[in-house]
Amino acid sequence: MATPPASKSFALPNDLPLDCGQALSNVEIAYESYGELAADKSNAVLICHALTGDQYLASPHPVTGKPGWWEQMVGPGKPIDTDRFHVICANVIGSCMGSTGPMSDGLDGKPYAMRFPVITIRDMVRGLVVLLDGMGIERLHSVVGGSMGGMQALSLAANWPDRAERVLVIASTARHSAQNIAFHEVGRQAIMADPAWQDGDYYASDASPDNGLAVARMAAHITYLSEEGLTAKFGRRLQDRSSKSFGFDADFQVESYLRYQGSGFTQRFDANSYLYITRAMDYFDLADEFAKTPGSGKLADAFAGTGSRFCLVSFDTDWLYPTAESRHIVHALNAAGAKVSFVELSAPHGHDSFLLEHAALDRVVQGFLE
Amino acid sequence: MTLRPDLAAIAAHVAKGSRVLDIGCGDGALMAELESTLGVDARGLELNPAQVERCVARGLSVVQGDADSDLANYPDKAFDYAILSQTLQTAKRPDLMLDELLRVGAKAFVSFPNFAHWRTRAALMFGGRMPVTSALPLSWYETQNIHHVTIDDFRELARAKGAQIERSWFFAGEKQIGAPAANWRAEFAVFELSR
Repeated sequence: MATPPASKSFALPNDLPLDCGQALSNVEIAYESYGELAADKSNAVLICHALTGDQYLASPHPVTGKPGWWEQMVGPGKPIDTDRFHVICANVIGSCMGSTGPMSDGLDGKPYAMRFPVITIRDMVRGLVVLLDGMGIERLHSVVGGSMGGMQALSLAANWPDRAERVLVIASTARHSAQNIAFHEVGRQAIMADPAWQDGDYYASDASPDNGLAVARMAAHITYLSEEGLTAKFGRRLQDRSSKSFGFDADFQVESYLRYQGSGFTQRFDANSYLYITRAMDYFDLADEFAKTPGSGKLADAFAGTGSRFCLVSFDTDWLYPTAESRHIVHALNAAGAKVSFVELSAPHGHDSFLLEHAALDRVVQGFLE
Repeated sequence: MTLRPDLAAIAAHVAKGSRVLDIGCGDGALMAELESTLGVDARGLELNPAQVERCVARGLSVVQGDADSDLANYPDKAFDYAILSQTLQTAKRPDLMLDELLRVGAKAFVSFPNFAHWRTRAALMFGGRMPVTSALPLSWYETQNIHHVTIDDFRELARAKGAQIERSWFFAGEKQIGAPAANWRAEFAVFELSR
């Protein structure tokens, strides 16, 4: 991928302690903000991005030129109204859009690559909390996130319970399942099996593991869609031909689409970042973080005494983080006595539904933030 | 806004600032009323996603779920009141539902249409068909009411379950009526229970 152009950037004043026991020095967090911060700083909404997302949620992506990833949700007059709210979205640490990650230079002036420490969702959030401290925002009006963004929102609510008044978690989970980990492992192996990966030290070379990264993206992309959605969009239709080629070109439209998604992704994402962030998601098990002994964690303990209001939303065709995962969180919040709303929305597009037009999602988000 | 008479009776007898679980909360009318006038900490459970969406959009804490299975996830005595309005007769097992109400709530309010109302009896007696009345407006094949119940049946269930009937209210149409011969005269009943 190309070096990303500069966003607003915040330099952490101190080393960032990490769950692995190490600390990260000279950490930069790149972020975008939309809308004015009120004088009393009461209208700040932190939106956390998903695995391959970034800070450009309501402004064009500087590499691809495409609209921000949540423009239908965030903006003037939108459900998350930037005429009312000061919306902050920061690139997570470990990523590659300006925040410190494996492609950043380490203390020796060379890219970290695989010397970058393994990070967790809680580490990402710890970085975001330091950013909020730097902005003087003690209490968020809301923290909002879909998918991995939802994990960050949950982690913030559990570990820094005073920092957010409202917690909105969409199409997410409190722990990665065996199936979630399995799909991520396919992606990581595809990257690491690419000879151009070079044990992660490809930054100075001419070759980068684009083929491996593209395959990782293709496999993951399938998990973001539903069978119903794929069938409706592509069926068994052939791509630019009237009959099968009896070869291994992209005969089917769905193959062509996945190849396009895969190669497009390599233009804007770093393969090592993909390894690190998927690892962080696989390690995520919020109940376990609060367990007195490993494996004994009850998710309700993560939210004991919380004063935040929660809203969880799932989609009926999402098989990556199915409704049962949201219900599991809701039950834990009920057991903890938290104020919680939950609704399963109907949408044909699987996990990706949270990124697409959905009138009911708009109403729920807008109503919850009222 | 005006509440349905059974809900108004309940709202009039919920203590200020108490914790309430409204099971089958519909569009959240009762919850909104309790929160705004009594400062109640209200939570809701509702099966219909469109209704839940409406509740969330008006700022209420409502969880989409099935009362038959999801009450089990609430801790004992988590609420001062558990409210079940016009939902008992739709439960798979109303007897077990009553146990759950009195487990999660210190007290319970239960309202239901009375199947022994004279008009219902007359429809069955003289028409020989399952009654369709203003209180029971849907035909047998489309109604969600799978366990029709009478006021006397409910009193008997409460007794068998060791539940105390603290208070009761009876309605014919929009009007509240007295307790005498309520099993004949009332279209709807509301009971306040404790154990």
